[in-house]
Amino acid sequence: MNGALKKSAKILVFSTEKISDPAIDMAGLLKLHYPPTVYTLTVPCSGGIKPAWIMYAYEKGFDGVFIAADGSDCIFGESCTEKTGNIVSMTHEQMKEKELDPARLRMAAICSVCSEAFVKQIRSFNDYLLKTRNA
Amino acid sequence: MKERIGVYVCHCGGNISDYVDVEKVCRAVENEDGVVLARTTLFACSDSNQNEMINDIKEHNLDGVIVASCSPKLHLATFRNVTERGELNKYTYVHANIREQASWAHSDDKTGATEKAIHLVKAAIAKSRYAEPLYPYWFEAEKTIAVIGGGIAGMKATASLADKNSNVVLIEKESRLGGHTAEWGSLAMTDEKGYELTERIAGDIRNRENIFILTGAEVISTKGSIGNFEIRIRKKPQKEGDPSEIMVMKIGSIVVATGYDHYSPKDGEYGFGNSDWVITLPEFKKLVDSSTGKILEYKGMRISNVVYIYCVGSRQANGGNSYCSRYCCTSAIHTAIEAKKKFNGIVNIHLNRGIRTYGKQELLYAESLQMGDLYLQFNEESLPKIFVKKQKMVIAVKDILSAGKELEVEADLVVLVTGMVPRSDRSVGSMLKLPKGRDGFYNEVHMKLRPVETVIDGVTIAGTCQGPKNISESVNSALSAATKSYSLISKGTLETEPIIAKIDQENCSWCSKCLNACPFDAISKEAVHNREVAIVNASVCKGCGMCTPVCPVDAIDLTGYSSKEMMSMIDVLV
Repeated sequence: MNGALKKSAKILVFSTEKISDPAIDMAGLLKLHYPPTVYTLTVPCSGGIKPAWIMYAYEKGFDGVFIAADGSDCIFGESCTEKTGNIVSMTHEQMKEKELDPARLRMAAICSVCSEAFVKQIRSFNDYLLKTRNA
Repeated sequence: MKERIGVYVCHCGGNISDYVDVEKVCRAVENEDGVVLARTTLFACSDSNQNEMINDIKEHNLDGVIVASCSPKLHLATFRNVTERGELNKYTYVHANIREQASWAHSDDKTGATEKAIHLVKAAIAKSRYAEPLYPYWFEAEKTIAVIGGGIAGMKATASLADKNSNVVLIEKESRLGGHTAEWGSLAMTDEKGYELTERIAGDIRNRENIFILTGAEVISTKGSIGNFEIRIRKKPQKEGDPSEIMVMKIGSIVVATGYDHYSPKDGEYGFGNSDWVITLPEFKKLVDSSTGKILEYKGMRISNVVYIYCVGSRQANGGNSYCSRYCCTSAIHTAIEAKKKFNGIVNIHLNRGIRTYGKQELLYAESLQMGDLYLQFNEESLPKIFVKKQKMVIAVKDILSAGKELEVEADLVVLVTGMVPRSDRSVGSMLKLPKGRDGFYNEVHMKLRPVETVIDGVTIAGTCQGPKNISESVNSALSAATKSYSLISKGTLETEPIIAKIDQENCSWCSKCLNACPFDAISKEAVHNREVAIVNASVCKGCGMCTPVCPVDAIDLTGYSSKEMMSMIDVLV
């Protein structure tokens, strides 16, 4: 990585194919910039993200993980919100065991047109991660 | 594990290569394990490149294919088909999105964008190594199509769908069909009357047995997805005091044709709202259409000098609508010609920012010039100013066609040539989660390649809800949207991705957590070799993956999203 990239935290985003991924694509279309060290992995539903994947990301060196959740828009039903919340809680427990700051995992519902909200969330998460990393 | 992977990195014209060093991306991945071929291509989606890919698959005996290009929403299906034509299982194809999520998102940081693209392609290679051949499932789709909006686009889409023997529900919020077109008299180029044209189309669709028309009705909620939408419609009561009627319909596909609003000038914009003699183009057109006699009168006064100010509410660089509404130059000139032909003593003076009567509409401009209309051109830095001088309304304009000479013209009536803006009522778009562009109109997937589809599968857009259009352009897009919507569900069955939960029965010891997590009752218990294990009903499983995180022994994976695939991607993204 070059010097310029070190100004950004490494963030892994879990997005969802039908809901949050279109918003992230549209952020690009609208040239709403966010740090280039933000990488997106797409899954069908945020209720299907395994805590093991999140923990693995920290183990490999990601500063933060952001779940761009389906929220109430989930095409698979209303239980997605609760189940995604449970995944975050389960992961937080595992993070505490490993003495990781639980705030390094962030979740927000990102609808298919929420490009600006996504970029705002990511910028603020990046600021938090840089602040805590450099503290 | 794939051992012969081909990687194609797309320039997308310059959409990617202007910001991402695609050659560097190619060099960075060409020696990755399993990669036997890596090359850049100007347009990966072009026919010639598709054919080259098919030849490569056969010639190099590829067992995996990756294209790094635009969003998979645009071309995943294209490249899966290419893979299939190369006689590989199409689900072994892996896509890397280096346009929306690299070159465009990081156009401010070329180095960062290139580094990110390299990581994204490496992640795709990691996934490709483990991608297994899969086989699709099929489900039944509703064959009724809903058209929302009964303007000219909605009506033509409805007629076109009915021609294809599809059942159509046309839902119009107002009590009559026809939209804005029904408000007009003479129309540009054809001189037909707008209300006659819309009545003719409405008469046609009212007589079709396979069309169900609902006026005074609005969609209040939608759920489901392509092939199986459920929409709730509220129909206004026939008589005051009666309750509204609520209808629920099963729909396979939806055409959204909700139209536009006229731009309404702000108070004081060119004197609008302060002077009775400053009106908008739609108001002036109605005045011309409805006036009879040999002279044009407005509020009891004879009108001779008509000054048109163009691009009001359009092409504003700062803080306004930056787009051009396209139809307004033609409409203003056509209305000016109509006024001159119909009434004695009309003098038309057009204060414009460059006339955009494109295509055949240029004939109207030529006719207007031949009839003696005067054209003065200003730019955005020096807008015309309206004031009163000797009890006359005067407009001062700096005409850039006569070396910036300051001119003053007297007006009996000032017509503000206003454009189109998105509907203030966005409820349909909000319910269907249709993305909007920077201009506020609904966005298509791709302006050129998928011009009427939205990112919401099964929902197409027609007419001016997508952006400013004249009537013939609206009808063109409506016919296109109708055909696309019909083609999606015409077979009565839809292919669904074979993404389902897969149980590792060796490790499963049946705890019922997956059963409780599944929203579709797709999981049940079965005895296998005297052990109780979970099994997945493939025809019921929707592939959400909600069962996978709850398994205490990690014995469930979603096909295409296995822990092996996800973690191998995480490995290379860091």
